[in-house]
Amino acid sequence: MSIEQLVVEPSQVTVAPRRSVFGKLLRDPQAVITMAILFIIVMLGIFTPWLTSIDPNEAQLSAYNAPPGTPGHILGADQSGRDIASRLLHSISTSVIAGLIGASVALVIGTVFGLIGGYFGTKIRAGTEWLFNLIMTFPGLLLLILLMPVTKGDYRATMLIFGVLLSPGIFRIVRNLVVGVKNELFVDAARVSGLSNLRILARHVLFVIRGPIIIATAFMIGSAIGIQSGLAFLGVGSNTVPSFGAMIAEGFGNLYVQPVQFVWPSLMLGLMTASLVLLGNSLRDAFEGVRPKASRATRRPVTVITESAAADDALLVVQDLAIGYPTPSGGVREVVTGVSLRLEAGKTLGLVGESGSGKTQTAFAVLGVLPPDARILRGSITLNGRELLDLPEAKMRQLRGREIAYIPQEPMSNLDPSYTVGAQLVEGIRASSKMTAKDAKARVLELLARVGITDPRRTFDSYPHQISGGMAQRVLIAGAVASRPTLLIADEPTTALDVTVQADILDLLRDLQQEMGMAVLIVTHNFGVVADLCDHIAVMTDGTVVEEGTALDIFRNPQHEYTQMLLGSILEDTVVRTDAPSRPTTEAVS
Amino acid sequence: MSEHFLEVSDLRVSYPSRGFRRPPVEVLHGVSLTIAEGETLGVVGESGSGKTTIGRAILGLAKPSGGRITLRGEDITHAGTAERRRISRDLQVVFQDPYTSLNPSMTIGDILSEPLIIQGTSSKDASKRVRSLLDKVGLPSDAIERRPREFSGGQRQRVAIARALAPSPKLIVCDEPVSALDLTTQARVLELLVDIQRETGVAYLFVSHDLSVVRHISHRVAVVYKGDIVETGPAADVTSQPEHPYTQRLLLAAPVADPLEQQQRRAERRRLIDLQREQDEQAGAVA
Repeated sequence: MSIEQLVVEPSQVTVAPRRSVFGKLLRDPQAVITMAILFIIVMLGIFTPWLTSIDPNEAQLSAYNAPPGTPGHILGADQSGRDIASRLLHSISTSVIAGLIGASVALVIGTVFGLIGGYFGTKIRAGTEWLFNLIMTFPGLLLLILLMPVTKGDYRATMLIFGVLLSPGIFRIVRNLVVGVKNELFVDAARVSGLSNLRILARHVLFVIRGPIIIATAFMIGSAIGIQSGLAFLGVGSNTVPSFGAMIAEGFGNLYVQPVQFVWPSLMLGLMTASLVLLGNSLRDAFEGVRPKASRATRRPVTVITESAAADDALLVVQDLAIGYPTPSGGVREVVTGVSLRLEAGKTLGLVGESGSGKTQTAFAVLGVLPPDARILRGSITLNGRELLDLPEAKMRQLRGREIAYIPQEPMSNLDPSYTVGAQLVEGIRASSKMTAKDAKARVLELLARVGITDPRRTFDSYPHQISGGMAQRVLIAGAVASRPTLLIADEPTTALDVTVQADILDLLRDLQQEMGMAVLIVTHNFGVVADLCDHIAVMTDGTVVEEGTALDIFRNPQHEYTQMLLGSILEDTVVRTDAPSRPTTEAVS
Repeated sequence: MSEHFLEVSDLRVSYPSRGFRRPPVEVLHGVSLTIAEGETLGVVGESGSGKTTIGRAILGLAKPSGGRITLRGEDITHAGTAERRRISRDLQVVFQDPYTSLNPSMTIGDILSEPLIIQGTSSKDASKRVRSLLDKVGLPSDAIERRPREFSGGQRQRVAIARALAPSPKLIVCDEPVSALDLTTQARVLELLVDIQRETGVAYLFVSHDLSVVRHISHRVAVVYKGDIVETGPAADVTSQPEHPYTQRLLLAAPVADPLEQQQRRAERRRLIDLQREQDEQAGAVA
């Protein structure tokens, strides 16, 4: 049970109203404003012939460098006497067409080859990658200028080529996404249904990965517009096509005569590209969801109960612990709503519940490793009479190394793949005690032998991927008990393991506990594990403990109806299916 | 016509191993099994035993390197896409992970009607069928418009079961269908599977690591160990008087949900392990 699952998937959270991506965009002011700007600009471009009757290339000597506000020339005219307003309007369509050609060429090439390269075998993938890496090495702007004789200065032909040069970006995005999606089980399910590769790609793969592609397209349009303007600014290409780049270049030439001339095209160009980039960002938020900003957990609880806790002689006492998470609407949702537990030295307490019950959150609170946005709302946690919720992080860290140890659910993901098992254990030991490297190594080897690893030296020098899951859990147990802790917290320590390995690990835990006299808090959903290990059991659901008692009492005489229901769901050992295979009915035959 | 609906004989599957010019790793070393109509065959084994690969080979998701798979006497060992589409009318799947087995961007209605439409059902008939499927697996009919993320794990698994049932198949390969679910949900989903079988006469190939789950749903059980089936038989026999040492170990390794009974079982298990070790040593000494 990961934290995410507990936080995001509580058992009865009301489903937020469904909203399409477009609906989300409409609620984002940035998206609305940028879309409105782009819409207006495109409309201006489309209706240019009706908005102005002046030919953008018509030079009127009388209008030479006319200032803005001149009758007939609202924004004035340039040094050739051409109307700036008309040129500006005509440049819009140049930019939009350039952007669309460049982006769509890149989109089509990149997506098609990305799908092919990601979905099919290694040979095809290697081939397409080689091709697109080659394209990436081309110096873009330089190539476009050199190819001017081929394109004959037509900006549309230039943009076709630029689209090819842009395509590796899309190719890489699509390929990586496809590689991630193609092994998902829903693609397997589609294959079982007999869908052809083409249909799977179109319906299952492309549809799932469309978000990032749309986002990238917004950026690519901006990039194509920028390149087209840049080329025109450099004076490459036909000079009869009005374009922002060419206008800016002419404006620069006239900077001292008419300084405002280059402002208009720059403004339009800036507005368009900035809108595209910001719209791209809004699209990303709409598709991928905005992460709620995490605020630092308020470690200080609102109310701390201390008198009664101090009087209790148990090793670990948790009283009325409540943990909440901020909700997007600004409130706080309580996932643990007042949990009280006590665990005596040397005993084992099983914290049992289903996913979303808050059992892992409770254990994390004791360890002091709750996620940053979690808030402890009230309660107290004492270890040997010492309040843990008051302790600063540095003290808590010390405590975690020595007195409280932890065994996680996923042994593999808790070992760093780039260091040997031995190096990680030695580091752990030296962090919590002053030991020389040599002594620490000897201690680690001793511990590895103790946790039942047959060849400790070999395991010491192994990397995590070279050992099995059961071995990895043994290694983590060795690390956890290295400092002879008084409290061991195990979060579903055997859930990821096979049954036979689980039985071995449970035996090991029991032996170690007896040998070291440590208390164990075991968090699990498995009643068999609880029955095997625990003296006491606390049953949790919906963030509270509904029943607590000795293991025998809970199993033989459960009081709370939730406990009864849970125990009733256990598949009895004695029940074997007895009914004969059913005769196929007409429905199945038809 | 063979009397068995599905027959797998001497199935071998190899996966290419990492690294240059290394020989492929064989994960199934000649597995044979049969499933009759309306029957559940439980396949139990540990991770890496190859139990999932058996199901994937039958479904055409893993490529057999040897052996034969026949469905109603027809060889489907190396069926192509068109053949698969035809077979999929009879052969469906429910996967372990209800979180990744449903396309997150499709509505439940689309997910359920896809296998029907690909078979040539009209969209009107398909939507009628989808409604009855949702009803059958105990989901409200307004689920049609919703997406998988709005459902809990157990509900998603119900959707996956409904998708498998859509073309009225004769055999569903269930690959650990309840392992990712909570205890109470697990019991309800198993019940649903048994009910559906009684009602429609569908056969299950039920792959699981959990002997108690397999025992609950299977008529017959096959135990897979390191790529071989080591024991097959009626569920009651295999799960109460196992003959193979591995099955014996497996049976005693699963903890019972009662402290005193578990104490006994633990002691039995330790005795068994010591005994088996002794036997192994003797066998080694003789050899």
